[in-house]
Amino acid sequence: MKLSEVPRGGGGIVVGVEALGPNDQIARRLRDLGFVAGEAVSVLAFGPLGSEPVLVRVGDARFALRRAEAARVCLQEQSP
Amino acid sequence: MTAAAATIASQIALVGNPNCGKTALFNTLTGSRQKVANYAGVTVERKEGRFTTDSGRLVRVLDLPGAYSFDATSPDEQITRDVCKGHHPEEPKPDLLVCVADATNLRLHLRFVLEVRQLGQPMLLALNMMDAAARRGIRIDVARLAAELGIPVVETVAVRRHGADALRAAIDGTPPPSPAVVPDLDLHAETRRLLRAAVQLPMQHAELEDAIDRVVLHPVFGLAILGAVMFLIFQAVFAWAAPLQDALAAGTASVGAWLAAALPDGPLQSLLTDGVFAGVGTVLEFLPQILLLFVFILTLEESGYLPRAAFLLDRLMFAAGLSGRSFIPLLSSFACAIPGIMATRSIQDPRDRIATILVAPLMTCSARLPVYTLLIGAFVPRREVAGLFNLQGLVLFGLYAAGIASALLVATIMKRWRRDRGEHALLLELPSYRWPHPRDLLIGLWERAAIFLRRVTTIILALTVLLWFLSSFPAAPAGAGGPAIDYSFAGRIGHWMEPLFAPIGFNWQICIALIPGIAAREVAVSSLATVYALAAGSDDAAISQLSGIVASEWSLATGLSLLVWYIYAPMCLSTFAVIRRETNGWKHVAIAAIYLFALAYAASLLTYQLTVWLT
Ligand SMILES: Nc1nc2c(ncn2[C@@H]2O[C@H](COP(=O)(O)OP(=O)(O)OP(=O)(O)O)[C@@H](O)[C@H]2O)c(=O)[nH]1
Ligand SMILES: [Mg+2]
Repeated sequence: MKLSEVPRGGGGIVVGVEALGPNDQIARRLRDLGFVAGEAVSVLAFGPLGSEPVLVRVGDARFALRRAEAARVCLQEQSP
Repeated sequence: MTAAAATIASQIALVGNPNCGKTALFNTLTGSRQKVANYAGVTVERKEGRFTTDSGRLVRVLDLPGAYSFDATSPDEQITRDVCKGHHPEEPKPDLLVCVADATNLRLHLRFVLEVRQLGQPMLLALNMMDAAARRGIRIDVARLAAELGIPVVETVAVRRHGADALRAAIDGTPPPSPAVVPDLDLHAETRRLLRAAVQLPMQHAELEDAIDRVVLHPVFGLAILGAVMFLIFQAVFAWAAPLQDALAAGTASVGAWLAAALPDGPLQSLLTDGVFAGVGTVLEFLPQILLLFVFILTLEESGYLPRAAFLLDRLMFAAGLSGRSFIPLLSSFACAIPGIMATRSIQDPRDRIATILVAPLMTCSARLPVYTLLIGAFVPRREVAGLFNLQGLVLFGLYAAGIASALLVATIMKRWRRDRGEHALLLELPSYRWPHPRDLLIGLWERAAIFLRRVTTIILALTVLLWFLSSFPAAPAGAGGPAIDYSFAGRIGHWMEPLFAPIGFNWQICIALIPGIAAREVAVSSLATVYALAAGSDDAAISQLSGIVASEWSLATGLSLLVWYIYAPMCLSTFAVIRRETNGWKHVAIAAIYLFALAYAASLLTYQLTVWLT
């Protein structure tokens, strides 16, 4: 499952970040921000228009991601 | 102290994730007053300071922009990377890196600490925000963490008076040895190991924050709150500042009148009353308003609300070719476009950054407030609307809104023009909420007041005197009819410019005021005051209120046209200078100047002709 498909209040465990191309800066940055295998994430809120951006908690930090960014993060579902 | 103390590092640099309190520590260590605020990307440039340790050594401290990683994605992160790695052209490699980490956000921050450690340079770790960590029930075994990391660790509370004493002592002590570099270290795995070994986290996340966020970020309530906050600011700036402003105006007027009576007639009297008091005094009246605006801006900055507003507006701004990340630079531009344009350094995407820089001058900066206030005071009745709002406040709100709407429109057109389909990144961190400290707020306000007064007493005073001179000489020939100012340099320039500006309703007095207004927008007001004071002749010695003159001499159409002109007017040279510096060239300066002038002229033309036609 992708992080962009998670409903509000849902979450999961990160499996990995998929890079789109060999030099995907956004994917590298996502990993640096803590989106790495084994980390628990949850979706806290959506922006008012088109459910974008997605507010995600990873560790103790909260990040707002666009849908295309969230779609790079692959999750393993987890019952809340 | 051992002999080794003599060889201690004297160049240190503060590095760490954004928003961990580096600048707050820098300020406590060095007694500086660099900007501290609760969002990522406040510091965008290296800042230098000094302090003397207890043992009497002078230490040079460098405050760096925050970075999530040395794999830099924005101009501010590049500075940090270059300084830490010793690649910066103007900065020697620091002798000691003071890595700062937010104790409430260690999972993210320790990873970067480890990345810094991999440089293999002498370093120590300052665990900042220990007060907030204690409140949340986060317990950190500092000795254990230091042992596991292999570097000294100190606890700090940067916002408390003696909160950085431990750090100060550590910097003064024996310099730590260079840490060992572990080849192929998995930073995330190591972070997890450290957390397990030395940190006890509470089971629950901050519940109150989540509850606040559920309301503040709600699709409907969130936007309603944002609208209400913005609206409140403009109502307050107009309605609450008025009494203070009137008092200041009365004060300067009576001092001016007293001076006029005390001095003998002549050029000196005219310079002081028509030039200095009419001109500078008129600008001074706006101090309360500007300070009130800053009470709001500073409170919002410290609360942590701004990145939330950016979150709410991201999609809208994205549709217009900007990004949620543009929100804070644009909001700062309400104070002044220069820090706003500098703040765009934290925008990762270069296209978004350029677009933000180009529209930043459309945000109504505080220097335009005097112009707006003067004209609104003269042409808009002070009336209650719906028993709740002040009509003048509503018009002011409308002017700000017109600036914002124009910025969105211009950015949209530029986006069409570029026709790029590439992806734009957001990746915006939302910080914890914090109460603003009244002391910091007062210091911030004091600073704004000092900046404003410095501006008034230097550039504005100088320009006013210059304008008085140009408007007084050469004197009218003997026996000439009409006001003397018609014969002066300024009068001639004004009359010469008039045909160009007649279609948009500007008379020659306004044309004169436009020129010094290029250097500083407020000067347009002081210049008008000077020009009218001189034109009135010396019989009218008492300084009458500029607002009254304007109301009686100008038509409504002219007043509105000038108001609209100032929404767009490309009238500030320092803004162009900073655009040139931040974009490394004149191209964007030319684009900004041309489009702003064209918009200003077109919008004023439309306003003037429509109003003339309707009235
Ligand atoms: N409670 C508490 N708040 C702190 C402490 N240190 C800093 N802050 C707050 O943390 C926020 C960020 O502080 P800054 O000093 O601007 O952070 P920075 O690391 O310089 O941030 P950037 O320049 O964006 O990288 C501000 O709201 C400070 O008031 C602390 O020890 N305790
Ligand atoms: Mg800073």
